[in-house]
Amino acid sequence: MDMPVPAARILSRKAQIVARLRAVLPADAVIEDEEETRAYECDALSAYRCLPLAVVLPRTTAEVAAALRVCHDEGVPVVPRGSGTSLAGGAMPTEDSVVLGVMRMNAVLETDYDNRFIHVQSGRTNLSVTGAVEADGFFYAPDPSSQLACAIAGNIAMNSGGAHCLKYGVTTNNLLGVTLVTMQGEVITLGGPWADQPGLDLLGVVCGSEGQLGVVSEAFLRILPKPEGARPVLMGFGSNEVAGECVADIIRAGILPVAIEFMDRPCIRACEAFAKAGYPDCEALLIVEVEGSEAEIAEQLAAITAIARRHDPVALEEAVDEAHAKRIWLGRKSAFGAMGQINDYMCLDGTIPVSTLPMVLRRIGELSREFGLDVGNVFHAGDGNMHPLILYNANTPGDLERCEAMGAEILKLCVEVGGCLTGEHGVGIEKRDLMAVQYAPADLEAQMRVKDVFDPAWLLNPAKVFPLAASAGRRAG
Amino acid sequence: MKGQGMRPADEAEVSDMLRGASGPFALRGGGTRGALLAGEVLDCAGLTGVRLYEPAALTLVVAAGTPLAEVEALLAGERQRLAFEVPDLRAVLGRAGVSTIGGVYAANASGPRRVQAGACRDAALGVRFVDGMGAVVKNGGRVMKNVTGYDLVKLMAGSQGSLGVITEVSFKVQALPEAEATLVAGLAPEAGLAALRRALGSPYDISGAAHAEGRAAIRIEGMAGSVAYRVAQLRALLGGDWQAVEGAASQALWQGIRDLQPLVGKGAALWRIACVPSEALCVPNALAAAGVAHEAVFDWGGGLVWLSCTEGEGGRIRAALAGRGEATRLMGAEDAPPFSPPAPGLAALQTGLKARFDPKGLFNPGGLV
Repeated sequence: MDMPVPAARILSRKAQIVARLRAVLPADAVIEDEEETRAYECDALSAYRCLPLAVVLPRTTAEVAAALRVCHDEGVPVVPRGSGTSLAGGAMPTEDSVVLGVMRMNAVLETDYDNRFIHVQSGRTNLSVTGAVEADGFFYAPDPSSQLACAIAGNIAMNSGGAHCLKYGVTTNNLLGVTLVTMQGEVITLGGPWADQPGLDLLGVVCGSEGQLGVVSEAFLRILPKPEGARPVLMGFGSNEVAGECVADIIRAGILPVAIEFMDRPCIRACEAFAKAGYPDCEALLIVEVEGSEAEIAEQLAAITAIARRHDPVALEEAVDEAHAKRIWLGRKSAFGAMGQINDYMCLDGTIPVSTLPMVLRRIGELSREFGLDVGNVFHAGDGNMHPLILYNANTPGDLERCEAMGAEILKLCVEVGGCLTGEHGVGIEKRDLMAVQYAPADLEAQMRVKDVFDPAWLLNPAKVFPLAASAGRRAG
Repeated sequence: MKGQGMRPADEAEVSDMLRGASGPFALRGGGTRGALLAGEVLDCAGLTGVRLYEPAALTLVVAAGTPLAEVEALLAGERQRLAFEVPDLRAVLGRAGVSTIGGVYAANASGPRRVQAGACRDAALGVRFVDGMGAVVKNGGRVMKNVTGYDLVKLMAGSQGSLGVITEVSFKVQALPEAEATLVAGLAPEAGLAALRRALGSPYDISGAAHAEGRAAIRIEGMAGSVAYRVAQLRALLGGDWQAVEGAASQALWQGIRDLQPLVGKGAALWRIACVPSEALCVPNALAAAGVAHEAVFDWGGGLVWLSCTEGEGGRIRAALAGRGEATRLMGAEDAPPFSPPAPGLAALQTGLKARFDPKGLFNPGGLV
């Protein structure tokens, strides 16, 4: 994986740049010592690491703006960082960059139940947004699996999803407004507590822009009344095809579960060995969750299990109580941990049209044999977002490269069948060089033009998202 | 307006036309809802056809000029629909013409169900358009979860033709519910709007919350047993006298709200006000205090106020909002601009995008951007 050569003019001015940052920020908000900056050398894509020039940890929008003005003036690239849970390298620094971490900005600024929104600083963790409102019967819907740790800032940067987005949508569908600090240090409000700002939908394009258009310091988020209850049903099938047909029939019948999760045999086995959730020994497993009152749950589950029975399930298990529901989810929720027990793994994130599921899983099986690497598949089946987990051994020379090559083949397959490279993790550095598989030069040009407008000097997270060759002229300028 | 206008038959023709063009053009879908701007008409209604419809994947890909009615009929045949419930504003705006799906997307036209299912922009999955240099650009795709690169699908939704000629759009569609019911109560606006907010803050998954002509209306959709259950729970929660209207009668009631029937043939000016729901009455109250005759339809639990009044009230309306919302004029002539002027930093970003996507200023001069 290539990164641009760090600029010598920046490296040689480190002392002056740090001094200028210290002059405008509180003493404890600027870190330059290697012992301390080490914690920021990578995110959850830990195969790639690089120590930054310095790290700044502002506490307010004004401090974010002050730090950015210095970096802009010095021509220093800035890598915005939420909690560092990106699986795509979105927060990975370069040697000549300043990391701007928002994790100290975690306050709730306003909660308004009458109008159903919460206004927070962007460093607040996803789960603690729900934590701030759940005693009053509300929740924040997007639920990425890293929700305990991940920050709202990162969720907005990557337009994060989660298991329950089939019903509630992803971050962009639950985001009402942001305070955006541009690279030039200008503070701009996009959207707000009401639904529409006149003019172009800049909020919509900032969400998912991977920290390349500005630093989001505050956000207005939609909060929803908590449903009365939720319950999953577990189904096992004799083949991936049959499980796929069952998913299609549920959707076709007009039932909208909050989640439909899919696991294939390698993944089921790993989870079973790790978490002992009592999953059936079968080729494919679905967990379907519905919400509502007891009577509403029963009504939906009756319709769903009736559909499942038409597909000869080898197992069909409705949660009877809270403990049972937890056990059904246990295996799925520990899937990544379970695979990690077996070996190092790389988690992919392509999306495919649901109808192509059996074919894609068959092809992934073939690629697995071809490359000699095991793969387990976890999958948000309702919306086609797959997470193939490729197992490799980081200590075996060449294994990581082989794994990445196989991952690239799987993602190309996703695009080929009408899907995309990434459904919820983002492009970052991980999928940057594959962008040309999905987008023609004119498509990438149109996206880069947006960055030209927000960040004319291309200083914000510049070596991400776009293939280096495509962005070369802009980054140099 | 010069000449007879242009009517390309496909995307390649749009691209060819724009490469050498000096414009300006007034982009037109069906002319049923957008501002009617000066310039040679570039009629997009020739770009028709359903490219892909997979009911089991809830996905539809359709050429931009395809009539909305055709799309709706196709979906209805599979017991599906566009979740965002497109308003038909022809009667209230005094327009004729055939609404196109691309026009709907360019206007981000979204009806009562937005409170539950989101706006048009939330259902849009992909877009193809031709920029001001004649380059064909695609973004997004046909799958429901896609974070590959920047989300230009959102940028183009509601862009009102300011950045490019939209040629194709993909949408996530929704299954028709088994049942629907609406609770209706005769209530003054203040009490009615408070009831709407109360209902929206309950776990009963409201899919419509409006107040018009002295009545508050709350819609519930879903499986039959669930609808009956929620109707009973909401009655207990709200107290007072709520009548349940079901099936076709409920549908007709919401069509009336969606299409602003209470405002047809009323004042010469029509304003659309997006605001914090609890502030929905600030403009109507200010007009009442000044003795200005007006009529309002409150949708989205008060987050959207449609206001019909005499021309020349723009200044008073924006002063009453005072940062608590935004007012846009859809009909009526007066000095106040149709859109609230954006803050300076925001304006620079908008004009910057316009300059890069449409450097020759071909599209809709005098429009949104």
